[in-house]
Order: sequence, then structure tokens, then C-alpha cells
Amino acid sequence: MPLDENEIRRVAVLARLHLGEDEVARLTGDLGRILGFVGKLAELDTSDIEPTSHVVAMSTPYREDEVTTGGDPDSAITNAPRRDGHYFVVPRIIE
Amino acid sequence: MSAARSYYQEGGFETVIGLEVHCQLATASKLFCGCSAAFGAGANEHTCPVCLAMPGVLPVLNRCAVDYAIRAALATDSTINTNSRWARKNYFYPDLPKAYQITQYEQPYCEHGRVTFDLDGTEHTVRLTRIHMEEDAGKSVHDAHASWSLVDLNRAGVPLLEIVSEPELRSGAEASAYMRKMRSLVRYLGISDGNMNEGSMRCDANVSLRKRGATTLGTRAEIKNLNSFRSIERAIAYEIERQAEILLGGGAIVQETRLWDADRGVTRSMRSKEEAHDYRYFPEPDLLPLVIDDAWIERARSELPELPDARRGRFVTSYGLSGYDSGVLTASKELADWFEAAVAAHDNPKALANWITSEVLRIANESGAEGETDFSQLPFAPEHLAALVRLIDDGTISGKIAKTVFSKMVESGDDPAAIVAREGLVQVTDEGAITAIVDSVVAANTAKVAEYKSGKDKLFGFFVGQVMKESQGKANPASVNRLLKERLDG
Ligand SMILES: [Zn+2]
Repeated sequence: MPLDENEIRRVAVLARLHLGEDEVARLTGDLGRILGFVGKLAELDTSDIEPTSHVVAMSTPYREDEVTTGGDPDSAITNAPRRDGHYFVVPRIIE
Repeated sequence: MSAARSYYQEGGFETVIGLEVHCQLATASKLFCGCSAAFGAGANEHTCPVCLAMPGVLPVLNRCAVDYAIRAALATDSTINTNSRWARKNYFYPDLPKAYQITQYEQPYCEHGRVTFDLDGTEHTVRLTRIHMEEDAGKSVHDAHASWSLVDLNRAGVPLLEIVSEPELRSGAEASAYMRKMRSLVRYLGISDGNMNEGSMRCDANVSLRKRGATTLGTRAEIKNLNSFRSIERAIAYEIERQAEILLGGGAIVQETRLWDADRGVTRSMRSKEEAHDYRYFPEPDLLPLVIDDAWIERARSELPELPDARRGRFVTSYGLSGYDSGVLTASKELADWFEAAVAAHDNPKALANWITSEVLRIANESGAEGETDFSQLPFAPEHLAALVRLIDDGTISGKIAKTVFSKMVESGDDPAAIVAREGLVQVTDEGAITAIVDSVVAANTAKVAEYKSGKDKLFGFFVGQVMKESQGKANPASVNRLLKERLDG
């Protein structure tokens, strides 16, 4: 399946990936071949088949509306590279 | 005159507005984990591995959130889809730990609804495109440091309904009235506190202009961050002006997201969001399809409370109130409940409605925040108002004295009968006492009496006023009128 380099660059931006020019060229080929492989499925005639929205044939399990977790902000921020009290601290979000 | 100007000025503009209302559901716990959904806890107090997006965790759906969502669908005459699907909306933001929001996209649980609302005595109907369920993001705080932002994930995963209207609203006033009705509905349904100050209810407005009579839509701007009725009206008014100016000058509207800046009273472009607009929705593999069968819908329908439109109709037929007063009294569930508690204590609905729509609402609006009517802050109970009206109805006090008693109820919260006894405000019905006052007033105003007798009928009101003043407002007005007439005309 043909992909052009601009599509790869756009996907990289959306995925927050910084790609060098050689990587762009390599991935354009690789990703194109992956899409082509998956694209084989489109050769099947599925016009009479219900769309599959999930591969597990069971119904949704539910929880009752009860508070069972939380109350441990120390654990929540254990792995935070930077913190202020119980807040996560991140580089300033400029809007 | 430019071509653009003459094109739009012929017939003028029509404003086209669609609202996306976000409403936080009043469940105890979050949508997909057991953390508390309550507002106001310490930072990250309400978090767990699921809502912190630790590797390997799985979401489990809160049944109550679906119950509430079904109620909203039923109250808006919507179609409920038996099968609906969860989707991932992908974007990067520090307050979104999974880097996707679980929402509904291609198959929402609810479509094709409608909502009616009243504006200045005219009924409007707006169709709803869809309602879907989704989880909220966390909250970031930007003011604490110059180069850092703080992130609190208590709100991450709290259940929301997004209610999307068709672009059928025509003004900021209509948008605001629609939002009020929506808030009234969710409060009647008991599915949200509808509190806009705490962000439980907020909306985005899609605003565009077109030449009146045109059938295609103009290019729209989406205004975010509207969290009060006043913001909705002001932001839309500003946006209409801005777009009209561009179009009249021959320019084109850019489709973009704009942020309402309440301090400066302007909307401004959020260019930073532009590139992030490709959300790459795809079906959420961690959740099974949502199946809402007829039995569930019927169970929810049988549990629906009386809704504002039905209650309004009942107030007209059972209490003999006007449609307008019934509309005011049923606009909020708290007010309608307050009124009915008063009627239960004293059966004079019309008088109670008059007191509530004038005096009580004024007091309640003064104590509540903007656009909020706060009945919890009223210093007296509905039974006290009922007691006050009973004192008027049985002739203990006059309507005029009742106003005095009412202001003392507001100050002290005391029972009106106790106020009347303490202040000696019982109406004077003793005709001997009133006759004595009439005599003294007549004796003190001989010149006016002569004028009256020579045909100046209008002076009668002056004599009534003098007698009432002498009696400190306590004389029974009917007796005063009759005794004065006998004395002056006899
Ligand atoms: Zn959690």
C-alpha cells in the first residue's frame, strides 16, 4: 500500500515522535508494507456479515456505584519525577 | 458599499448556534473505577491505578452512570440505541494520563431527542443530535509557578454526559434559556447537581452567521469554556459582532476553536489546539459493547420522577395558577418542592404563589450565586410562609402589616405568629377603636373635610391614609373604608 513521506511525518507529529529523514524514508516503506499486508483482508466479501464490534462474545460486566479505591495520594505520586505537595508537576502548559 | 456589505445587509444576518453541553453525573464513584467522584478533595486524593493509567489495568463500567444516562435520554424524548460502543479519543495533554479519553463516537447510546424551553413567554423546541457518555479529564493549575503546571487527577474518569444540540438556536438569550432548561431537567432527574460554579455543567457553543433565508450553514467558530449563563450570552453576543464585522468587510470566517476570556470580554483563537484536532478515534478494545435492552429502559422509565413540563401543567390544573406563574415555580425542582410544602401547610396556592414569585424569590436570588436560586440559605421554612398567609386569610393581620412581618421573618427566621404577638401587630377590628381614630382625623382636618364635602372625592384616599397612619397600619382596611364613608357622607 503506497504511503507518502508527508503522511509519515504527520503521524509522527500526532504521536509526538521526532524522526530523522532516514527514519522517515525507512518507515514510509515499512508502514506501507504493513498496511498492504493487513489490506489483504479487504479482498474478502463481507457485505452479508454484521460488523464485529468486539471479539469477545460476552456481555458487559458492571460495577455497582460504590467508592472502593482512592485515598492514597502518596502512592499516586510515588513515581512522579517532580511534585508539589500531592500534585504532579509538569512543564508549564502554554495555552 | 462593498459587495459583501450589500449581500448581507439585504435581509440581514441570521445567527446559527448549536450547543454541546457537558454535564457531570452525580454518581458516588467514577465511570470506570471505584474512586470517589466528589468535588473538592485534596490533590490526587481520588485516584487509583485505573484512573492514573498504570500499565495493565482495565476499566469496569459503573452501572449507575448508565442508569442516569438512560434517564436523560427518556426525559428528552430520545431514541436509545440497544447497542452502542466505546471509543478512544486520542490526544496528548498532561491532565489526560492515558493519552486518550474513553468516549462514544460512531455509535452513541442516544440520538434524535428534543428539548422544549420557554423564553419571554414563547415556547421553543430544539432537537438533540445525540447524547453520549464519556469520562472527564483531570485538572491543571497554571498560576502556582512561572515555568511549571500542577496536575490533579481527581476529576479524571468522572462520568459526563455530552448533550449535542442541532444548530437551531438563534441568539445568546435562546442558548442561555436552553441551558437553564437543561440544568432544570438534570436536577429534576437527580442525575447531576447542575452546579456551574464547580464545573458540573458547562458548554461549548458553535456559532456561525448566514444571510437570513439562506439554507446552507456559514463557517462556524467553536467557543469553549462557557461556565455560566452570563458567559454564554456575552460570548455569543461578542462572537456575532466579530463575525458580522469580518463578513461585512468581505472577509471569511476561519473555522477554529476560540476561548472565552470573561475578564476581557472577548473570544480569542486557540491556535495551539489546531494541529491536535485529529483525534484518531477507534473502538475501545478494553470495553465490550454497551447493551441497553428494553427491560432496562422500561425499568428506568417507571422510576422517572415528574418532570418540569408535566409539573407545570399540574400546577395550572390543580392549583389554578397561571401558566406563567407555574412556569416560574417549576423552573427548579427545589422551588416547586418549596411551594408544594407551603401549600400542604396552608391551602391557598394563589396567595402563596404570589408571595413566592415576588418576595421569596427576591430573597433567594440575593443569597445565591449568579444564576443560582439558593433555597438552603433562606432563613425561614415554607411552613412559616404558609403561617403568614394564614394570618392574613383569617383576618389577624392586614396585607400591609404582612409585609412588615415578612421582613422580620427574613431578619430573624422567627415564626410569623410569634412576630405578630411580640410586635403587637394584630389587626384592629374593634370598630369602637377605629371610630375613635376616624373622629380624631376628621376633627384635625376640618378644611379638608369641607373640600371633600364640596365635591373633591379624591380626598377620600387622604383620610384613609391618615386613619391607617394613626393606627400604625393595624386598622382593618375594610372597616376603615366603611366607617369613614359613614362619617363623611352621612
Ligand atoms: Zn480511580
